Amino acid sequence: MAKRSGEHGFGWLAVSPALLLLIGLLFGPVAAVVLFSLTDWQLGSLAFHFIGIANFRALFTDPTFWKALSNSLVYAAIVVPGTVLLGLVVALLIEASPGLRGFYRAAHFLPVMSTMSAMAIVWGTMLHPTIGLVNRALGAMGISGVNWLRDERTALLAVALIGIWQGFGFAMVLFVSGLKAVPEQLYDAAAVDGADGVLDRLRYVTLPMLGPVIMFVVILTAKRSFEVFDSVRVLTQGGPNYASEVLLHRFYTESFDFLRMGYGAALTVVYLAIVVLLTLTQARLLERRVHYS
Amino acid sequence: MIARFPDRRFAGRVARHAFLILTAAFALLPFLWMVSLSLKPPEEIFQADFHLWPTAFHGVENYRVALTAAPMFRFLLNGLLVCTAIFALQLLVCIPCAYALAKLRFRGRDTLFSAVLVGLLLPPQALAIPHFVLLNVFGLLDTYAALILPWAISTFGIFLLRQFFRSIPDEIIHAARLDGLGEFEIIWRIMIPMTAPALAAFGIFSVVAHWNDLFWPLIAVRRAEISTPALGILLFRDDEAGQFLGPLMAGAVIIVAPLLVAFLIAQRRFIDGLAVTTMK
Repeated sequence: MAKRSGEHGFGWLAVSPALLLLIGLLFGPVAAVVLFSLTDWQLGSLAFHFIGIANFRALFTDPTFWKALSNSLVYAAIVVPGTVLLGLVVALLIEASPGLRGFYRAAHFLPVMSTMSAMAIVWGTMLHPTIGLVNRALGAMGISGVNWLRDERTALLAVALIGIWQGFGFAMVLFVSGLKAVPEQLYDAAAVDGADGVLDRLRYVTLPMLGPVIMFVVILTAKRSFEVFDSVRVLTQGGPNYASEVLLHRFYTESFDFLRMGYGAALTVVYLAIVVLLTLTQARLLERRVHYS
Repeated sequence: MIARFPDRRFAGRVARHAFLILTAAFALLPFLWMVSLSLKPPEEIFQADFHLWPTAFHGVENYRVALTAAPMFRFLLNGLLVCTAIFALQLLVCIPCAYALAKLRFRGRDTLFSAVLVGLLLPPQALAIPHFVLLNVFGLLDTYAALILPWAISTFGIFLLRQFFRSIPDEIIHAARLDGLGEFEIIWRIMIPMTAPALAAFGIFSVVAHWNDLFWPLIAVRRAEISTPALGILLFRDDEAGQFLGPLMAGAVIIVAPLLVAFLIAQRRFIDGLAVTTMK
């Protein structure tokens, strides 16, 4: 009994710093965001009033919010399939035979490690209309390029391309560890059943076994695509004419450039809802995978 | 079957390398471009024809301008300081908590663990306004503390370490207690050494995230003297107004290089570390 109460005492001692910070830095702030979203508070002023859902009403009638939301969805609609497909194909090819395996893995993973704000500047020069590599290459093929980041039709596309560039190596790594978990006997069994071509093996064994990992990477990539900020901030600032504006960048601009905290908090609540939903789905999937493996 | 078609097999191998070289080129091109530009004089960058290797080598000048016009080393040092402080704080807070959640019985444990799981749901960007206000109230904005304190707690770290601590058999801990070891000694002499790879994985995850983070430093600090690398390179660009591409690219190389070099030295560690921490 004495031991049990000692465990109890130490247990509380050990968790108390974490508990205090959990309340002070996570749960308190979340409550504060929800509270702020119901007030007209501006940074620097002491007074504030509860104004109910007026911030949300303002948000939902603001065309720039809808533009940012739809851009975020379009961005995800490009980046998620691009990242997952490219990552999957690269992983399958890397694992197909041992040649240059280490080099390919490192090369594809390099963008994952790189500081995005610096690499966004580099991408900015690559996409430069006259001196950029992209338009030089297109010019060599007789195609005249556009001003990718300053053109309303291409700004979001260019930023999405950079998103794929940074993320597909990470998807590749997750797929490679998924592939390692596919039991070799399944391929033998499939061969006995007559499925021994490369595509047969892929269709009847690899892809079904990889299903949960694919779903996991899809959700993870979707979540990350809603968190895109650095490339937009560095390259387009949401422009031209809101063509590349996304949720998190809108939030940053409203809250920390214009200091409209109430409005920013309302935007946070919407953003939070989307990310929490995706994270819950991801946790669900992960839980299922753990049970079956 | 396959052995009867050696040609097809050879063609498959060629196709494999062709595709992978193409995607690897896509991944590596910005790095090559960045290094190439960082070695060129301004007039060559604007020339109509492009050479990967500069015809007139201007690397020394570009890197000298980058290092003298902006406090590049200061940025790197700040990054090192901030990342180390964040990770040290996280370990200090997370390890005892994870140990208690994994191995001790006490009232409220399950509730606390649920709270940690809820904490995992919250994207840090969503807490930016209250963190900003909190730091403002304590007069800590534009200090190192502003860059470090909001990250002192990592629910992810608690969760991850708890998973690994649970894999250590209870018998070892019971035996240690019989030998007269206190709980702190058990953490220090048994849990930490036995889960060193997990701690390293968490460290890689934490350092990569905070070295590369732009969002929070952009909000928390203004001064170049305390800027982290990701913010520093932007301050440098704005100062130079994009006129000196060579030095700007040299600056980008300096900012990006430390993590990439660390990665190239310990590839397996980094890749496995990030994969493990994400899949857990």
